[in-house]
Order: sequence, then structure tokens, then C-alpha cells
Amino acid sequence: MNFQAIKAIYVFEMARFFRTLAQSFLSPVLSTSLYFVVFGAAIGSRIEQVDGVSYAAFIVPGLIMLSVMTQATSNASFGIYFPKFIGTIYELLSAPISFFEIVIGYVGAAATKALFVGIVILATAYFFVDLQIAHPIAMLAFLVLTCLSFSLLGFIIGIWAQNFEQLQLIPLLVITPLVFLGGSFYSISMLPPAWQTITLFNPVVYLISGFRWSFFGVADVDIWISLMAIGIFTGICLGVIWWIFKTGYRIRS
Amino acid sequence: MPTVVSVENVTKVYDSGFEALKGVDLQIEEGEILALLGPNGAGKTTLISTICGITTPSGGKITVAGHDVITDYRAARSLIGLVPQELSLEPFEKVMNTVKLSRGLFGKPKNDAYIEKILHQLSLWDKRSAKVMELSGGMKRRVLIAKALSHEPRVLFLDEPTAGVDVELRKDMWDVVANLKADGVTIILTTHYIEEAEAIADRVGVINQGRILLVEPKEDLMQRMGQKRLTIELQDAVANIPDALASYDLMRSGDGMALIYSYETTSSRTGITTLLSDLQKAGLQMKDLQTRQSSLEDIFVDLVKEEA
Ligand SMILES: Nc1ncnc2c1ncn2[C@@H]1O[C@H](COP(=O)(O)OP(=O)(O)OP(=O)(O)O)[C@@H](O)[C@H]1O
Ligand SMILES: [Mg+2]
Repeated sequence: MNFQAIKAIYVFEMARFFRTLAQSFLSPVLSTSLYFVVFGAAIGSRIEQVDGVSYAAFIVPGLIMLSVMTQATSNASFGIYFPKFIGTIYELLSAPISFFEIVIGYVGAAATKALFVGIVILATAYFFVDLQIAHPIAMLAFLVLTCLSFSLLGFIIGIWAQNFEQLQLIPLLVITPLVFLGGSFYSISMLPPAWQTITLFNPVVYLISGFRWSFFGVADVDIWISLMAIGIFTGICLGVIWWIFKTGYRIRS
Repeated sequence: MPTVVSVENVTKVYDSGFEALKGVDLQIEEGEILALLGPNGAGKTTLISTICGITTPSGGKITVAGHDVITDYRAARSLIGLVPQELSLEPFEKVMNTVKLSRGLFGKPKNDAYIEKILHQLSLWDKRSAKVMELSGGMKRRVLIAKALSHEPRVLFLDEPTAGVDVELRKDMWDVVANLKADGVTIILTTHYIEEAEAIADRVGVINQGRILLVEPKEDLMQRMGQKRLTIELQDAVANIPDALASYDLMRSGDGMALIYSYETTSSRTGITTLLSDLQKAGLQMKDLQTRQSSLEDIFVDLVKEEA
């Protein structure tokens, strides 16, 4: 293991983040506040409680997940796409590092950034609602796992993308809808039965449900199924990355 | 001299189906400066990329200090520094940080004093806190060199290091190269300019259409370059070179209408005067005379002809 190299990539990537710290900090705070105003205050005043939790509190886990998933994906995809785009990837390819060290460096940095955003949102949420976290360790574990797995997904997208449009395509076309339809702002049980069944094919449902369980101790689906889902998702991402490594897909001609 | 980089029968077929390297053999000796000359699209960058791990060879074997670049890539690559042809740098990054990143990527522990030394050497110290995008093209080229040197390579590849570089910087660059050579670093550079090879190389390799056509000590090549040709056009065609002229280095043109005499400009006697009088004695009538310096291009043409 070339730990120096992993550290070098990580530090370099984090520097990009710290350069725009205000921006990295402000945009999640602002958007979270907006969500609270719109969903929590405006809509929440009409919805009393969901699963015995006030609506404003109920949406907190979904809100965090929404941001964390999109941030992790876009950070990681951009992180590896940019060197490809400007040509600095030559240095990664000619350095005495393995593909997995590259993955750890980039994915680690992207996941850290997403985690940071998640925590900022959580902190912001405390200003708006009274929150109690039932299972803090499980909460943190879910958060970290989500950051990691979606950063892996982002990394794959960044390798696959050949232009900026493609880079935006998956987050925009797949992740955002899945997250919105994944019960971020509602409980699955609030849907008509047919939709409840369809929703179960949405992998994000399991993540949000599990995460919400760690807050309130109630969930749409069994917590173990949630854990399994995130495990399978991470496994698939790792598998794709292994395949990329084996074939040199879109990195080494 | 022991071989430090060994390239054996290496081929490269790009995904497009284009065969950019057609069985390249090249032994690079430790501590030498090798200049690779060749026209656009000859395969210079492809060859370097294949040695450095940026592209994978389609066939053949490459070792660096005995380490296979595929199976033992860590050991092989950690010896190599690469200055790419393109000015590829993170635009928003500070010069210092991008150089430090390179050192880290190669697994070397932090060494600020060494980095400072390199930046001074390349006259970049004043720019260490500037963003890359604020630099001129020549400065960016130097940042690339600093990055390549940051991890103390034993073999340095410079892919057209002097493209877009002014005379003064070129001189500075050769000073850096000379210092590296003094430290025992092996240097491979590509160029389109024979003068550049002449200025610093120990050996010169010529590559064209994915094949190495020759690798020779610079002196030998320069001597060939110093050859001139005298073309003597004749009144009447000759079937063969008359015996009386057998002692001269003469060639008959295809149609027998001309004789071509090669001679060294550097030697004290060219032998032209005696040749011309002997020609007359042999009863050949001259129509016209023409001399030409053989250029790199002639050498290319000759080599390519030999290939065919
Ligand atoms: N990624 C690629 N896919 C397909 N063909 C390629 C690729 N890269 C290079 N080539 C082709 O391979 C040949 C050799 O290219 P290469 O860049 O090695 O030439 P070069 O000798 O470095 O030329 P130059 O002096 O212009 O830098 C060219 O014909 C080029 O078009
Ligand atoms: Mg080139």
C-alpha cells in the first residue's frame, strides 16, 4: 500500500473543498432552511404527525440523505472526471499507485465532504426542530455508509462520463428522482397500496427508512433489510470498480 | 553501460485499430541522454506513454531497472519522472501544492527543502504561491518539470520540453538537464529539432511510423549529417560505373544519366577536383553539377527506403 499517495490525493482533494469552504458550508445551510420553511412550516402545519413524529422532524433524515447522496455523487464524479478532462490524470496513471489506492483517495475525500455537509444540515435542523436521535451510533454508521457508497457510485460515473453533460446526467435523471420518490418527505405508508409496492423497487427507500429508524426508532421497512440494501448497493459499486480496474475502462487506452 | 530501460518488440494498437507502435526495440543506457527524433505522429508520445504506464502495450516487454512495467509496476514507475507534451495542470491549484502532490503520489515522504531547491533551480520559487492559471506557458512547462523532479526519479522522460519555450529558458532547461545527468539521471527527450539533439544528447534515436529506424551515438549521426552529395549529370547514360572511377564512393542513378558522389565536408580534401579530371579521362561528358547537404530529412528518406 502506498499510503503516502492515498494521503496526497486525499489532502489535495480536500484542499479544493477548503478553498470554497464558505460555499460548501453556505449552500447546504441555505437549502435546508428553505426546505424547512417550505415543507416544515407551510406543509407541515397541515400534516400533524407522521408515525408519531412531528412532520418537521420527520423530514430531517430524508433531507440529510437527499443532500448527502447528491453531494457524495457529484463530489466523487467531479473529482475523478476533472483530471480526465484537463489531462492531469497522466500523473495518476504514471505514479506507482494501484487503482484501489486512487479509489480510496478520491472516494475518501468525496465521502468526507458529503459527511461534512450531512452534519451541517443536521446542525441546522436543530435550529428549526426539536430532535432526538434514538440510535446515534446507527445514525452515524448509516450516514457514513451512505457517503461512502454514493461516493463510489460517483467515482464510477466520473470514470464513465466523457463530457460534462454525461457527468450531470445520472445525478439529475436517476438519483434526484429516486431520492424524492424514496420517502424523503413522506412515509411510504401514506401512499396508495399500488404505489407502495412500486416504491419497494427503489433502493433509496431502504436507505432513508433505515436512517430514519436511527432517529425515531420507526421505519417503513425492516432495519436489517435496510442494512442489507446498502450492503448490496456498496457491493455492486465495488464490483463495477473492480471491473473498471481489470479492463482499464475509459482510463487506460 | 548497463541498460536501464529495455523495450523489446513492443507493439501498440489503439482502440481505433490504429497501430502506433510496430515492434519497437530500444535499450536505454544508464546515465545517458537519449534524444528521440521523429515527425508528427511518429509514435514518440505513444512509446513514452507505454513505458510510463499511461497506455498499456498490446505486445512486447518493457522493463525499468529490471522491473517489468506491468507485473512490477510499482518498482518500475517509482524510478520514472515524466514531463508530458501537453501542459496538463490543475488551473486553480497553487504551484507549491501541485508539486507536493506529485511527490506524495510517488510515495515519497515530505521534504520541503528538496522541493524548495527544485523550485529555485527552475526559477519558480517566486511563483510558488501563484495559481497555475496565472502562469505563462513557459512557466507551466517548468512546473511540469518540477513535478516530475519532485520525487527524485532515476529516469526522466521529457516529451518535447522546449515546445513554446524561449531561448533563455531553453538554456536554463539544458542546465537543469546537465545537472541531472551529472547526478546520474538517465534522460530521454523527444524533439523535432536536430539542433536540440545535437546540443545535449549522447545518442539519437529516429522513430517514424511506429518503428525505430536507428539509434546511434550523436557523433556518428552528425557525421552523416555532415555529408554532402555531388550529383554529376551526364550527357549520355552509362551502363555501369567505369573501372577507372572504382576508387571513388560513387552511385549510379537509376537511369544511368547521373553519378552521385558522397563526401565529407569536414575532411580536408573532398576529392572533387581529382574526380572531375578522372571523369574526363574516362571519357564521360558532364552536363551539370549539383551539390546538396544531406539533412535529417534525407536520412529519414534513406531509412524509409531501406525499410521498403
Ligand atoms: N488515443 C489514441 N487513439 C488512437 N490513435 C492515437 C491515439 N493517440 C495517438 N494516436 C495515433 O498514434 C500515432 C502516434 O501518435 P503519437 O502521439 O505517439 O505521435 P508523436 O510522435 O508523439 O507525434 P508529435 O510529434 O506530433 O507529438 C498518431 O498517428 C496518432 O494519431
Ligand atoms: Mg508527441
